[in-house]
Amino acid sequence: MEVTSSLKESTHGSHEIITASVRQPLVTGGKSMKDVTEDVCRQVEGKPTPAWMLAFAVSLTVLGLGSYAVYRVLWDGIGMWGLNKTVGWAWDITNFVWWVGIGHAGTLISAVLLLFRQKWRTSINRAAEAMTIFAVICAAMFPVLHMGRPWLGFYWALPLPNAFGSLWVNFNSPLLWDVFAISTYFSVSLVFWYIGLIPDFATVRDRAKGAIPKAVYGALSLGWNGSAKAWMHYEAVSLILAGMATPLVLSVHTIVSFDFATSVIPGWHTTIFPPYFVAGAIFSGFAMVLTLMIITRKVYKLEDYITMTHIELMNIVIIITGSIVGIAYITEFFIAWYSGVQAEQYAFINRMTGPYWWAYWSMMTCNVFSPQLFWFKKIRRSIAATFFLSIVVNIGMWFERFVIIVTSLHRDYLPSSWAYFTPTAYDVGVYLFTFGLFFTLFFLFAKFFPVVNMAEVKSVLKSTSGTIKED
Amino acid sequence: MSQVKEEKYILGIFNDEDVLLDAVKQVRKSGVKIHEVFSPFPVHGLEHALGYKKSFLPKAAFAFGLTGTTLALTMMFYMMVFDWPMIIGGKDFAAVPDFIPVTFELTVLLGAFGMVGTFFVSNDLKPYKKAQIFDVRQTDDMHVMAIELDKNSSKSYEELTSILTGSGACEIKDKTFEA
Repeated sequence: MEVTSSLKESTHGSHEIITASVRQPLVTGGKSMKDVTEDVCRQVEGKPTPAWMLAFAVSLTVLGLGSYAVYRVLWDGIGMWGLNKTVGWAWDITNFVWWVGIGHAGTLISAVLLLFRQKWRTSINRAAEAMTIFAVICAAMFPVLHMGRPWLGFYWALPLPNAFGSLWVNFNSPLLWDVFAISTYFSVSLVFWYIGLIPDFATVRDRAKGAIPKAVYGALSLGWNGSAKAWMHYEAVSLILAGMATPLVLSVHTIVSFDFATSVIPGWHTTIFPPYFVAGAIFSGFAMVLTLMIITRKVYKLEDYITMTHIELMNIVIIITGSIVGIAYITEFFIAWYSGVQAEQYAFINRMTGPYWWAYWSMMTCNVFSPQLFWFKKIRRSIAATFFLSIVVNIGMWFERFVIIVTSLHRDYLPSSWAYFTPTAYDVGVYLFTFGLFFTLFFLFAKFFPVVNMAEVKSVLKSTSGTIKED
Repeated sequence: MSQVKEEKYILGIFNDEDVLLDAVKQVRKSGVKIHEVFSPFPVHGLEHALGYKKSFLPKAAFAFGLTGTTLALTMMFYMMVFDWPMIIGGKDFAAVPDFIPVTFELTVLLGAFGMVGTFFVSNDLKPYKKAQIFDVRQTDDMHVMAIELDKNSSKSYEELTSILTGSGACEIKDKTFEA
């Protein structure tokens, strides 16, 4: 803020001297490179704080409770879920698509913003990528459990020679495309994340005191020494991985949307799904990054690295993607009417006014109306409002997936088979399990890995920080 | 017992990347061979200043990506067209548009993994490899320029020191590795 105000004063004053840079500083507090190392390594090197222990214990408990639901679903079968003869998919695919969507912001921040040379990504990319990886693990739980006998899943889903002769998997099926898309997305994101971690692991290794941290971070850093040659290759690798991950982000959610779009169910069979799903994914992903980063910056005292500017920029992404999603909802309605297909028109009227009206209107409130509040600068720059709205968006995006899946299925062409889906405790339990898993992994990450990419923050420190402290 | 071979270095420590960039150019101009420069973060333009060849990794990525494309298409055509052709949903055996998603994914997968594997091998990055650390601050907040004494025998130690100091190094140090 100081920068903007000094700029205004100078233009209104008699001297037309520009005393400040055009951009706001990305790192505040006049940090030196040493400060960056100290601030980020403090958590990794110190003992876990009571707050961390408590949060970790809570997520482990949730994971434990959820495990019981997973165990029953595996042992007794997916009949434990509330699926019925019309609603053959419900929470499983809803949760799957929701978690995959959450993952998208990580790759978007690290890959797309790298290609666009957006330096503000450096403070948040590490945690966002971690979020991607954990979210994709959670997402993968659902299709795996949905198989009923996942231990046979290897040759159901992968083109492996199997006991049935040369009967191969079906490459015409979007469900199989998903297998390839999600596993590629997961592995490429993991590699991208790890490549970025290597230099920081080396920093932690060189500071480590105990024998165990020395050995562990020594192994993880792969002997990195920061030579100019290694950095040259590192930058080439990062840039090309970003170039490959960018279309990958778009392809993954496009392919997820094909699960629906290539079918002939009214409400699913639409060409708008690929871009609409991608926008929704970025929307929910950024909301989750905000939820996590607002907590992390507070707990780890990283306010100088994850600044108000970062939060504001992410909120702007939320306005853009939220508006795209809103337009997509309206377009779907228009096309349903314009198609003249009665079944299609009914599917949409039923969404809005049928038995699931509450889910539809929750979705509209959370996704279309609430993010528009970010047009107000005061709300966009308020931590409390951002935190609240980020959770609202995540709830809304869950409802979006639920509305698309369940409301399109529960009333099919034959009114005698119409049904209403109600989740059982096991639907809820498996969902809780993934929450426990996600937060357990995230807390482990936040304790043992540097949450901010030190090397990259140092590289933008000089050009983007307010003032530089001289050593 | 044979005598242990020693590699002796003189190190110039820099605290600013712009000073470092100029220093590299200056030191090379004065005819000194730089062993390597170590930084806590990527310094843009350093590789040009040091006269390194461009990274060959883009080419590796392209080659591996192409392998992925070929593998995916060969696999799907073999399985769906030759080995066990079936009509599914009235689609052609060789349903090329349906093959595009998997082809794309395998191209990216092999391209990314192949390139990263090449990166690890060419930089000799592997678990439990002992890092060659000239000064512990090279992964923290300082840039370290290492000059091997044996490879610059035309210059005396004092000459090298004065070249480094003159180029803006804030500290000069010695380092010896046992080879």
